[in-house]
Amino acid sequence: MKLKNRVALAVLTMVAGLAAAADQPIIGLITKTDTNPYFVKMKEGAQEAAKAKGAKLLTAAGKSDGDNAGQIAAIENMIAAGAKVILITPSDAKAIVPALKKARDQGVMVITLDSPTDPQNAADALFATDNFKAGVLVGQYAKAAFGDKPAKIATLDLFPGHPVGIQRHDGFLQGFGIKKGDASIVCMQDSFGDQAKGQTAMENYLQKNPEINLVYTINEPAAAGAYKALKAAGKEKSVMIVSVDGGCDGVRNVKGGVIAATSQQYPLRMASLGVDAGVDYIKTGKKVSGYVDTGVMLITDKKQKNIDSKDSAFGLNACWGMK
Amino acid sequence: MKRYLDHLPPLSSLGPCIALLVACLFFSTQSDRFLSGENFSLILQQVMVVGVIAIGQTLIILTAGIDLSCGMAMALGSVVMTKFATEHGVHPYLAVICGLMACTLVGYLNGALVTKVKLPAFIVTLGTMNIVFAITQVYSGAQTVTNLPDALLFFGNTFHIGQTNITYGTVLMLGLYLLTWFYLRDTAPGRHIYAVGNNREAARLTGIATDRVLLNVYMLAGLLYGIAALLSVARMGVGDPQAGQTDNLDSITAVVLGGTSLFGGRGMIGGTLIGVMIVGVFRNGLTLMGVPSVFQVMVTGILVILAVATDQFTHKKG
Repeated sequence: MKLKNRVALAVLTMVAGLAAAADQPIIGLITKTDTNPYFVKMKEGAQEAAKAKGAKLLTAAGKSDGDNAGQIAAIENMIAAGAKVILITPSDAKAIVPALKKARDQGVMVITLDSPTDPQNAADALFATDNFKAGVLVGQYAKAAFGDKPAKIATLDLFPGHPVGIQRHDGFLQGFGIKKGDASIVCMQDSFGDQAKGQTAMENYLQKNPEINLVYTINEPAAAGAYKALKAAGKEKSVMIVSVDGGCDGVRNVKGGVIAATSQQYPLRMASLGVDAGVDYIKTGKKVSGYVDTGVMLITDKKQKNIDSKDSAFGLNACWGMK
Repeated sequence: MKRYLDHLPPLSSLGPCIALLVACLFFSTQSDRFLSGENFSLILQQVMVVGVIAIGQTLIILTAGIDLSCGMAMALGSVVMTKFATEHGVHPYLAVICGLMACTLVGYLNGALVTKVKLPAFIVTLGTMNIVFAITQVYSGAQTVTNLPDALLFFGNTFHIGQTNITYGTVLMLGLYLLTWFYLRDTAPGRHIYAVGNNREAARLTGIATDRVLLNVYMLAGLLYGIAALLSVARMGVGDPQAGQTDNLDSITAVVLGGTSLFGGRGMIGGTLIGVMIVGVFRNGLTLMGVPSVFQVMVTGILVILAVATDQFTHKKG
């Protein structure tokens, strides 16, 4: 094809696209970052659902986790672009509240995905994993595996004050049958969900307390970091790691024996349900409300008695993608 | 009048202006929502915090310095003023002044280390960036401060011009740019900033108290970060200890896009405003087009390199 024809075709396609776009419902999706594979999956889920429903999806993200100002600007720009529904994974549960109120005052329906706002009713609805339950599942698993053997527990948490981190942590403790401040918890530190920081923290833990035999991590990158530290210290066989998240890399680590068990969540489902609800609202004016549990499943290849779980083959098939 | 005509910028420094105009033209063909007063008011609101920080950054870069601590100073200021007003029972106006003072103090610390201990600005502010960040996190317990009194939110309020809502914060930002423009152009202390940035030793030999000029610039910049903190609080409606994390680099981006030389002594405050607007216009315009945000980051990167390359090129020739 000659260049001229190509240009003409491109222009035609664009014009056709614009014309078709006129009556399209517009939905905005704002994630915490662009780089975390979890949010990439979430975006894919939203894009697929939007395509299926004939909606236009605008996407944006904060520059880094915690970038509240970036998310606020994204909300404003999307409303300016004509979005009637905003799906958002708030970086800061409290700080985003005034901006969401402004959006809702303009008739925009807001659905939070993955993590809640504080207070939760600052958004119309929340589509998320039950993070407390996700913690409980790995806690129960670890308890079943340990039995009466005394545990020395280290936890690698998210960052200070973040509700998801707190819920998973507390869930893990309850599942394991201990309370906050229990003597078996020997180390607690924030990993920011980051592999490098998880590794550093674990190395320091081992200096402080070489007897650690159970590690709970907020997510699998932190778990992978912890494993590297344990391996370097020659302890990878004697220490159990449990985690939450269920990403594809994480499930591969379950298969490879790095992580004993993980609670798998389903961001793709959060996003596609969000888009469906959004299109519904734009077409019928019917809002969704309250909390919608998008499910969580324990993934392990070392099954414990009386603990409901699926193996890594199931996990790999469903990692973040199951609808 | 003639005096100001003589001072018209040389053609080479019109680059940022042209870039902004071309960007606006392009986006107005892509989205019928782009070219409206409401949308431009929105863009101004979105850039006002970085916009005010960038004024301080410009002053410092004009002295051939740099400030990496600006975003963290801003976050400290926002936490101080909101916590003082809500938890320590200080009158909101007084709380704001305390916040401004905290930021000015950070500026003083930077300035003192640069002038008295003779450390490079990059290293000093790299250090204070981390120190101030840690202080802010500890002081706030990493918690967002909510339930603010109305007085702190004033600059987020709006008034109307025709159909367009404009926030008072935007007006404050534009006013500060105007003031700085006069300061740099028509006052002796303002001209001294250029002199010190061009050649510190030569400036000293002509009798300029260079250390005093530098110290004043860092403190003034600190005060400006405090004002940015007030705008941030008003815009977001909360005191946010996580705010400002990328504002140091964003403000440097704006200064560079605006044609101010990183080697000091050359540049104009108006350019910085245009640099700030370029970033805001791209972010807004690309969102209206439905372009994913990673590409917005990429575009900013390309623009920065183009801006510096243009600066190098014109500088060699001129």
